[in-house]
Amino acid sequence: MKITSHYGRGFALTAMFLSLSLGGCAASMVNNTEEVPAMHSINEFKDQRFAEVEDPWEGFNRSMYRFNFYFDKYLFLPVVNSYEFITPTFVQQRISGVYNNLGEVRNLTNSLFQLKGMDSLTTLGRFVTNSTLGLAGMFDPATSFGLERRNEDFGKTLNYWGADSGPYLVLPIFGPSSVRDASGLAVDSGISYGIYTAINPFGNTGNSFVYDTLVTGMGTIDARHQKSFRYYESGYPFEYYMVRFIYHEQREIEAGMPLPAE
Amino acid sequence: MLVLFNANSADFPKGDIRMIFFKLLFMVCLLLLPVSGLAADDGYGYPIPGPYESTIMGTPASLKPQFPVHMRTRRLVLDIYPDRKKPPIFFYDEGLLCTLAFQKQKAPLVFLIGGTGATNQSPRLITMMKSLYHAGFHVITLPSPTLANFIISASQSRVPGDLTEDSADLYRVMETAWQQVKGDIEVSEFLLGGYSMGASQAAFVAKLDEERRVFNFRRVLMINPPVSLYSSVTRIEELLKQIPGGAKKQGFFFNRMFSKFSRFYRYGNFVAIDEDFIYSIYTEKLFTTPETAGLIGLSYRIGLAGMIFSSDVMTNSGYVVPKNRVLSSSDSIFDYFLVSTHLSFYDYFNEYFYPFFKKQRPELTKQALIDSQSLRSIEGYLKSSTKFGMMTNEDDFILTKAELDYLRQLFGERAKIYPRGGHLGNLEFKDNQAYMVDFFRMGSTP
Repeated sequence: MKITSHYGRGFALTAMFLSLSLGGCAASMVNNTEEVPAMHSINEFKDQRFAEVEDPWEGFNRSMYRFNFYFDKYLFLPVVNSYEFITPTFVQQRISGVYNNLGEVRNLTNSLFQLKGMDSLTTLGRFVTNSTLGLAGMFDPATSFGLERRNEDFGKTLNYWGADSGPYLVLPIFGPSSVRDASGLAVDSGISYGIYTAINPFGNTGNSFVYDTLVTGMGTIDARHQKSFRYYESGYPFEYYMVRFIYHEQREIEAGMPLPAE
Repeated sequence: MLVLFNANSADFPKGDIRMIFFKLLFMVCLLLLPVSGLAADDGYGYPIPGPYESTIMGTPASLKPQFPVHMRTRRLVLDIYPDRKKPPIFFYDEGLLCTLAFQKQKAPLVFLIGGTGATNQSPRLITMMKSLYHAGFHVITLPSPTLANFIISASQSRVPGDLTEDSADLYRVMETAWQQVKGDIEVSEFLLGGYSMGASQAAFVAKLDEERRVFNFRRVLMINPPVSLYSSVTRIEELLKQIPGGAKKQGFFFNRMFSKFSRFYRYGNFVAIDEDFIYSIYTEKLFTTPETAGLIGLSYRIGLAGMIFSSDVMTNSGYVVPKNRVLSSSDSIFDYFLVSTHLSFYDYFNEYFYPFFKKQRPELTKQALIDSQSLRSIEGYLKSSTKFGMMTNEDDFILTKAELDYLRQLFGERAKIYPRGGHLGNLEFKDNQAYMVDFFRMGSTP
């Protein structure tokens, strides 16, 4: 969050030049009317910009945001809704439990990468307990034993070793992210894929491709099912910026290393 | 136009990102709450003292009425103006969104109007809907005329804030909604309710209905109404004066509050931004009272910004967006966000709202326009009609002492005034919900 005047003025100047040079041409293409400057503009406010996040690819990101809205609307959500309609709530919860338990592998590897001894032990304990007593994660007895979930991912690991979040990035289907977190997602997916291939759970069924696809497909549906976020549902015209800010801030805060004492 | 965003930290609604934002913002200011200093011994069980605190905290989940999960609902998408061309920046808006909860058998239908900025799914409306549905009513929730979705799809003038016009828009919406559902549900009679600004609108809608007679509302409930919109907004704008440098320096203020917030997280040994973290923010008194007031005022400005921007785009008035500029869905509108949040309600009123009406009615004075946004302008009707009921709180900070007395005197026996709850803080409290259900049941034809 930087001091505005600088950036604000530069931006306004550019915008003014752009509108001067392009205004006529854009207008003639669109509705044949000249642009008239607004009554209020950013120049008149001598204040810091706020709720801002580094977003040099905003045009791309907003388009991707829009793509995700349509993808959800025409494909993802209808599938998720059908799944929710035909599956009893009890079964849905067990399925989520199984996938969340598999996610402990990611939590564990990344706790280790960040040299977090206690967290690694807790997560390992959770995974062992829930995989056995919890019937492959269908239930979560570990939490009631005081072993609470510690969410970790490679994005946080990168942060731990000093990587900056980099610009904001809206990924297709996955949604809000950053350059760092997107790389993290790729690494985590790679590790899961590696482990999965090494174990090859359906290797001797003769139909492993079908089963593997089922496992992945179900995982994708379950992941969306667990997320309540709906694009543009707030009805707030600046929703994109709210989502961007919350995502960024939450990641920064949760992944943040302790600051040196003042 | 009042603040009234639900900042209830316990359960923000499914997917409402603006709410999540406010949650984050408000977590920052969940100050100094002596939860243990519980209820004065006055027989009223709502636990949170302090008008700002209760407004922010709402009702703890355990003190809301409990219902079975199942509710028969349908999402209504109303095409009020089929010929209206929507600007590309609002490409996602497909019509006004409302929610219907319906019984299988014949039942009374309650229309509910949300407060400023409320969507049809806002948590307060959903709680009211559940209470009424499980008591056997059909319910339709309507968004606030100040919501972008309403401005884009349902407002005739596209300029929100006038009680008479907004209520005429709401009436049209109710008629359209009724047309859409009347083949599928059996309705015995109609009822109407609203909270905050939606309460004032409910009064004006009821008055309009006396002429149009489409619904013949049997009872109308107003919850935490402002007496005068202008006066109530003034009280909220005043909160921003507690920011160092005033509202014009809200960016500095926002950034300072946020770094305070993240610093607190990093120094403490927290695992996630969760309930424990929130709880410790107020036990540790992270924020001072003026800071809290400033944050409430700022969140109100952020909501107001959405209204100003949407209306400006829809009318092409050149207020914050250059006139004739066509924004595409991938254009950056961040600077408009910053500009709009720096405008006060007075700016909106004097530079945009008043000139708009002045153009239509050249003889209109500012004072006359302000006066028409008040319950006093229809007090004869409110006083004489027995169909009204009114619920509010002694410490609702959108009312002055004189305004509270006015409501007491205007509604007499029909007023229910709770000792605390701030502005809407106790709306979801089980006693309040039970009172609401009883109110609608009273004198009902079975």
